Amino acid sequence: MSRLEELKTRIKEALPGLECVIGWQKGYDLLHHTPLFMRSEADVDKLEWSPLNVHNPAVYLPPFRGKKVGVVVKGCDSRSVVELLQEKLVNRDEIVIFGLPCDGVVDLSKVKAKLATAGVTAGQVEAVSHNDKTIVVTAGGKAVSMQMTDVAADKCLRCQFPNAVLADAYVGDPIAPSAPSPAADADLTALDAMSVPERMAFWRYHMDRCIRCYACRNACPMCVCRDHCIAQSREPHWLSQDDTVTEKLMFQVVHAMHLAGRCTECGECQRACPMDIPVLALKKHLNRTIHDLFNYQAGVDPAAIPPLLQFKVEEDNIKERGW
Amino acid sequence: MAAVKYIASEKLPEWLKALASERRVLVPVEEGGGVVFRPFDPARQPVFGSDATAPPKAAVFPACQELFRYENGKDPEDAGKPTLNIIPTIEATPTVVFGAKPCGARGFLIFDRVYQGKKFPDPYYTAARDATVFITMACATVENTCFCNWVGSGPADTAGSDVLLTPIAGGYLVEAVSDKGAPFLDSPLLTDGAAKTAEAEAVRTKARESLAPAPDIADAPAALLAAFDDMDFWRDQSDKCISCGACTYLCPTCYCFTITDETAGNAGRRMRSWDACMHFQFTLEASGHNPRPTKAHRLRNRVGHKFSYYPTLHEGLIACCGCGRCVKSCPVSVDIREIVQNAVARAKA
Repeated sequence: MSRLEELKTRIKEALPGLECVIGWQKGYDLLHHTPLFMRSEADVDKLEWSPLNVHNPAVYLPPFRGKKVGVVVKGCDSRSVVELLQEKLVNRDEIVIFGLPCDGVVDLSKVKAKLATAGVTAGQVEAVSHNDKTIVVTAGGKAVSMQMTDVAADKCLRCQFPNAVLADAYVGDPIAPSAPSPAADADLTALDAMSVPERMAFWRYHMDRCIRCYACRNACPMCVCRDHCIAQSREPHWLSQDDTVTEKLMFQVVHAMHLAGRCTECGECQRACPMDIPVLALKKHLNRTIHDLFNYQAGVDPAAIPPLLQFKVEEDNIKERGW
Repeated sequence: MAAVKYIASEKLPEWLKALASERRVLVPVEEGGGVVFRPFDPARQPVFGSDATAPPKAAVFPACQELFRYENGKDPEDAGKPTLNIIPTIEATPTVVFGAKPCGARGFLIFDRVYQGKKFPDPYYTAARDATVFITMACATVENTCFCNWVGSGPADTAGSDVLLTPIAGGYLVEAVSDKGAPFLDSPLLTDGAAKTAEAEAVRTKARESLAPAPDIADAPAALLAAFDDMDFWRDQSDKCISCGACTYLCPTCYCFTITDETAGNAGRRMRSWDACMHFQFTLEASGHNPRPTKAHRLRNRVGHKFSYYPTLHEGLIACCGCGRCVKSCPVSVDIREIVQNAVARAKA
């Protein structure tokens, strides 16, 4: 029995006690998978496991609080679930976690760029096949072969958690991370190398095309204010509806600050952005600071208290006195 | 029959330059991985092949526009009498939107019936609409998210356009399709194109025939109304929706807005900005009551409005141009075509 078939069996066994189990299925074309909410055995048969499972299903969990649900996770998704547990935004006894070892997912923006370079459009995809190393996309009558390392999501190239960090049902044997230690973040390195005015110009250029749809916010598993976000509230009135880079950037900074030490860098904010704005870098930067100050990584240990959710009289790396 | 002209590809930048010397010209250009409409800049290569990520909606209906400024004061003769000074700000920059796909221009037909109704014509919209000319480009190829043929349109639809370009060998066939567009064919850069009409027609036919056949959705208005109270149905349709506004803000036909005042001291601005029915705040009432409290209620509204309520009020005109942006740009691939078909199938079952 393949791992996927075994997973389906385990889900079918658990289904009677659950509101639903969240996973992925085929979407409107062969390049797009889409979240799947399994409520019947027929739904479970639609489940897919592939590098096209780009979404983080943890985002759907908090609204289900009070009901028992299952969720299928990649390693990175499991960290979001753990962070939600750490913050008591979901209850452990209401979540059943199904995990599989993950070989990485694609970044569809990279796939689309590769197809464009080959002279075809992703909008005309006719066939997709893949193995561990390559993905072949046929579009507009032309087969384009891509190395997985060239089109994988950035997070996968640095992944240290290919297995679920917490699971109730784990199918398959855990695998080792593809790299022993994470490589440098190319986006942060590039931003670090800029002068402050250059960096401001970078963000002004990119935020100019923001349409304020808040896909970045709503795709974020840790953005739990949901319907009560300061971006749209009049009371407090921190942002206006003015269509300006200042307002748009202000929201991104608020978002990033709110995620400091909570963000697991699943990358959903950036992936969800219809305008391809590289908003993840802001969160990565703050996470780096949190890591340096508190030697902490979000969503790894369900028992850990996030550093900004606790108070220590004497911090190890923050010298408030005697300096 | 209006004249039919032709322009060679290498003459196009010159034509754009000439147009831009007299008015604002918006063209689709690549910006950080997306394609957006920006004022013509000879240094930037326009992108005419694929449809832009964001439609040209903001050309006529800006994401945020100031309606007027206000100033509270006191009557100098009688300090007990408050005064209010209102300064309207109607802006209408003469504009040509160049190189949008026909669906992007068709979107404004849906706007027109709302903002240019007999009872309450909107002066802001009307001024911008009248000042804007659409020189669109027929699609030579289509994408699998395209479904203009579902809504009575097509890859060379002229409804909403003023001039239609069709890509042919070496250049474009140029046809005026409205009175507003006719003068644009007088440019000395254009040559007679009568001999090339058959070639252009072949391009259009090929594009039209490469679209997947449209299903019969004539029953959609009734089917969606019939499903109105079936919240299990809407739960299933909306499970994966994350309630963001990507679909609405990128939609050429979504016209809803919100009004906010930005006051500082005694003076301020009243602004109109895009709103999205996917957001919780859209129908949130001052009392705290919200008639659309869940994403299921909100997605029901979006689909119902486009495929049922609007066409019922407006002689069957579907409030969707079939551009497919809501499908293509949705972070979780919600597919409005699937929802409409599911509602039709539900009604038949």
